Amino acid sequence: MIKEVYITETNCITPIGFDVASNIKNIGEEVSGIQLHDKPMLFSVPFYASIINDVDLDLAFAKVTSATNYSRLEKMMILALEPIIKKSKVILNERTAFILSTTKGNVTALENHNIEPAYLDQLAKIIANFFEFKTEPIVISNACVSGILAVSVAKRLIQAEMYDNIFIVAGDEVSKFVLSGFNSFQAMSDLPCKPYSINRTGVTLGEAAAAVLVSSNKENAKIKVRGDGSINDANHISGPSRTGEGLYRSIQSALAEARIKSNQIDYISAHGTATPFNDEMEAIALNRLGLENVPMNSLKGFYGHTLGASGLLETVIGIQSALENKLFVSLGFDTIGVSQPINVIEKNENRNIHYFLKTASGFGGCNTAVVFEKVN
Amino acid sequence: MEALKQELKSKIIEVLNLEDIAIADINDDDALFGDGLGLDSIDALELIVMLDKDYGIKLVDPKEGKTIFKSIETMAGYIAENRVK
Amino acid sequence: MTAKKTYIQSFCTIQNNQILMNGEVVFSTEPTAFSDFSKKTYQHLEMNYPKFFKMDNLSKLAFLGAEFLLKSESNFSKENNTALVFANKSSSLDTDVKYQNSISDAENYYPSPAVFVYTLPNICLGEISIKHQLKSENSFFIFADYNPEFMEKYSNILLETLKADKVLCGWVEYYNENYKAFLYLVDKEGEIEHNQEILKKLYKQ
Repeated sequence: MIKEVYITETNCITPIGFDVASNIKNIGEEVSGIQLHDKPMLFSVPFYASIINDVDLDLAFAKVTSATNYSRLEKMMILALEPIIKKSKVILNERTAFILSTTKGNVTALENHNIEPAYLDQLAKIIANFFEFKTEPIVISNACVSGILAVSVAKRLIQAEMYDNIFIVAGDEVSKFVLSGFNSFQAMSDLPCKPYSINRTGVTLGEAAAAVLVSSNKENAKIKVRGDGSINDANHISGPSRTGEGLYRSIQSALAEARIKSNQIDYISAHGTATPFNDEMEAIALNRLGLENVPMNSLKGFYGHTLGASGLLETVIGIQSALENKLFVSLGFDTIGVSQPINVIEKNENRNIHYFLKTASGFGGCNTAVVFEKVN
Repeated sequence: MEALKQELKSKIIEVLNLEDIAIADINDDDALFGDGLGLDSIDALELIVMLDKDYGIKLVDPKEGKTIFKSIETMAGYIAENRVK
Repeated sequence: MTAKKTYIQSFCTIQNNQILMNGEVVFSTEPTAFSDFSKKTYQHLEMNYPKFFKMDNLSKLAFLGAEFLLKSESNFSKENNTALVFANKSSSLDTDVKYQNSISDAENYYPSPAVFVYTLPNICLGEISIKHQLKSENSFFIFADYNPEFMEKYSNILLETLKADKVLCGWVEYYNENYKAFLYLVDKEGEIEHNQEILKKLYKQ
């Protein structure tokens, strides 16, 4: 008998709220975290991004600890984890693991020629020491699927009986490093991003931290993790497969493991970065699986692309959607701009959600899909 | 113009790390992308940076790259006309 | 979950200008920079794969290790469900530093997309997947040190849950000319037992 695995606690730190409830309230009211920023230290011309206010962050952090020697990203991650560790009452012993997902971690340390803090194992150690985890941190750095891949890895480790509980934190920051990089890829949108729309021109970057507790204990379960897959396109290191092969196979693998058919999925929280190729690729993959009529959204219109955090952040919101039986609008969407039909959510509505699918794709040709089932 | 073409060939080999290709291997009207030199989308982005860095040309619409980077011939023509350094 | 025994089919170590297959030196050069060593290794393999020269050092290291282990495996007529489970300490930091240098001077600010794309450690998995057409499970982990315990358990999970038929595992560490790669292929059959003790021993060779 394979162990059942649940997500029992969730939290997120984003520009539109420092807990799940305030994020959901803002999403319900179509309030986006994306704003025009004039920060020459980050980028030479004004740019749209979803950035956490430093004063708010420091105020919230001061309520948790009087310590001050933490980086912005570390503060975000600690704030995301702290309430759920406390609330769960899980003992941080050798049966409790800690997974940290990020793409660039404290890469901003390099601006001051500080190499040591930029090591991702150092970042993980700092967070782990703050909470006094007893096990060695597991860091996942797998481009833009990192956050959702962590859920998949956690589920597998619990099923293999390595651990009973796994806390995951996923976070990434808007930095000069990623802004210049995405810009050099000609992948940045001049306006707030418009996933799946005809006039989409690229991503808007964002920052966030999200945290969940993955557990074998059904008590307080919010959702069950039913199946997952993380399959590479084997096509190109920066462009997605034109046929959506890796995403198609990842979803197929997740559905097969969950033993459910594609027509049972009630909602898809998709990746939707708003680059021309990514969104097109997703539409193709979904059509190949007969998922084109399932209501779907991209939350990038609210948060921008939060890189390694995005998969977990969007899972946290997706779980809340399922619990509240609410489909949230895919903000920024107007006229469909992909070649295959997909059912992008155009207005908030109530709908019974039993199964939902979370997907993500990223550089290196990676893709991840996870199927969740509401616990009755 | 001839000097510019030679310069471009040598730069492309260097910037795009075309290890096994010599200047003499590239003809002025060879297709740079697709079947020709086999450059890909990242190479195209790198050529956009090169235009900016070495010739002071900023492409407003990256899609323009498609016609400009067709061959050494078209690139040299465009650069000669638009360069500011 | 009842664990079936798994085996190390073959292993490859790259360090100090040397490549060892199953413990035997198969290629080496005089002490030289990694760029030169990796190029000579590429030539030794008689490959025709121009994309190799566009890779960053971490990808070259991982790619070459995979090449030694998979060159006899690749069979394009048949799907090969070999998962990739890789890890290191320094992530893509070597290329991160290089990229950061390209954006630190406002007067000379020309961020390179070809460098930026390699500022993610999992790009090396993409390179290996493309070369060997592995449309398979892949994930990249970071640990403070070589972590045979995690690698053993995670690769066994992939095999036991039938997510993969084989697993190519790799510790691929590269920072500032210091490098070490230890890659091995885990299979359901073979002669060398796949366990932590043996992984520790083979890594040290």
